[in-house]
Amino acid sequence: MILRSHLVRTFVNHAVTVLCGLMVLLALFPLGSLLWLVVSKGVPGLTFAFFTSLPTPVGEAGGGVGNAILGTASMVALACLVGLPIGIGAGVFLAERGDHAFGRTVRFTAEVFSGVPSIVIGIVAYGLVVLPMRRFSGLAGGLALALLMIPSLARTTEELVRLVPVSLREASLALGIAQWKTSLRIVLRTAAGGLLTAALLAIARAAGETAPLLFTALNNQYWNFRPDQPTASLTVQIFNYAISPYEDWHQKAWSAALVLLLLVGLLNLAARYALRKSAAGVRT
Amino acid sequence: MTAPPKVKVEKLQAYFGNRHVLRDVTIDVPPLSITSVIGPSGCGKSTFLRCLNRMHELVPGARSEGRVLLDGENLYERGVDPVHLRRRVGMVFQRPNPFPTMSIYDNVAAGLKLNGFRGDLDETVERCLIQAALWEEVKDRLRHSALSLSGGQQQRLCIARALAVEPEVLLMDEPASALDPVATAKIEELMHELKERYTIVIVTHNMQQAARVSDHTAFFYLGELVETGPTEKIFTNPDEQRTEDYVTGKFG
Repeated sequence: MILRSHLVRTFVNHAVTVLCGLMVLLALFPLGSLLWLVVSKGVPGLTFAFFTSLPTPVGEAGGGVGNAILGTASMVALACLVGLPIGIGAGVFLAERGDHAFGRTVRFTAEVFSGVPSIVIGIVAYGLVVLPMRRFSGLAGGLALALLMIPSLARTTEELVRLVPVSLREASLALGIAQWKTSLRIVLRTAAGGLLTAALLAIARAAGETAPLLFTALNNQYWNFRPDQPTASLTVQIFNYAISPYEDWHQKAWSAALVLLLLVGLLNLAARYALRKSAAGVRT
Repeated sequence: MTAPPKVKVEKLQAYFGNRHVLRDVTIDVPPLSITSVIGPSGCGKSTFLRCLNRMHELVPGARSEGRVLLDGENLYERGVDPVHLRRRVGMVFQRPNPFPTMSIYDNVAAGLKLNGFRGDLDETVERCLIQAALWEEVKDRLRHSALSLSGGQQQRLCIARALAVEPEVLLMDEPASALDPVATAKIEELMHELKERYTIVIVTHNMQQAARVSDHTAFFYLGELVETGPTEKIFTNPDEQRTEDYVTGKFG
């Protein structure tokens, strides 16, 4: 009897392990095929000029997405400038002082907003920025992306800050360090690793959005260095190329998609490297 | 000799919500000495300690009444800034809690740096680590993470950190309960040296420890101060039956 139950248990152990492994493969399959598809279809169109030159009309050889890279980078940078301080600040507030009616309202609002479709965020930015300014602009696009980042960033920050043990807060307060300094210099610093990941996810998501840019930043075929002008972005450029009937443009859509993937990937690696560098200042 | 008490507590009450956890505590803490607070779990020892630097009120729903005088000045007076008060009354916690993202050096310097101190940090850090009897062990690796230290070393680091802001009173909440006997002995030795310059109040579960290190002992039971006096008297010839029962191990 003992032997039999042992055999059964061993069998079940193995079966469950194999099942879990299968699930992992199943989950990785779409990811792997996505990467493979983008890389294999994108690489043929990838030249150095593709990163630096302007788009060309149909049929004309060469051309690239230089202005779209610049546009995406500048709008994401603007979104970070506005969105990161507000999102992280709101998260810290919710974690440290959010246990009353106002805090609960903010938390509920953030939760609702993080579920709002991005196209709706685009409409909001259209109403808030594009209509009063009477023109599509990179400014409107960046703000739309910031609006998109803030709610989820606030909620993630709150969770991360709540994970910091009370004992550290108390250690700081007992040294006669004021509450706000404790929050910003001790608690946030302790949560920095997680916050960086959260910020990177938010940035990657913002860089990959098309819908909020469609009627805020619109698009631009030329270099643009002014925030009050329509601005090109990789995502809208990909969209335009992909829905076109031209083979040449389809190729460019794949290549532009690969560029977007590379940029987000590089940013990720760079930030992780920077964090490890700064952590290396303190050796364990 | 009757030096005026460093800390004078008068009719102190403390609550967590509706729970009345400290009742009518009145006690004097003499300067430059060690006062230990003993009593069974849940008797209000830690709460009492946390009322002395106004850490108690940080817990949601917690409040207190009564007066706590530091050099004759009521800490609970309107207009007293608890942040400034806590620089005069430092605290060491039950579990070592160094700042995990900071180096050994930065841990000691944290209280000064974040309070806008402009002076010789190096000198202060060295002095505090020497006072905390840790300097010899860490002087060659000040830039290493505080987490690279052993538990006992971490606790001495926390003591050095507390000393850096130059408090007058040092509160210790079971500072050795998470440490092994060797590390505990080091902390106790250290306390003997520290009382030359600081007034120390220590909460402890360990009655031998209280008998070994302290000059005065206060026995708390069910939120009340049962008896206080010179340590020798409390342990050998207490006035109260409950004190005698506790120190001889009949209950608790």
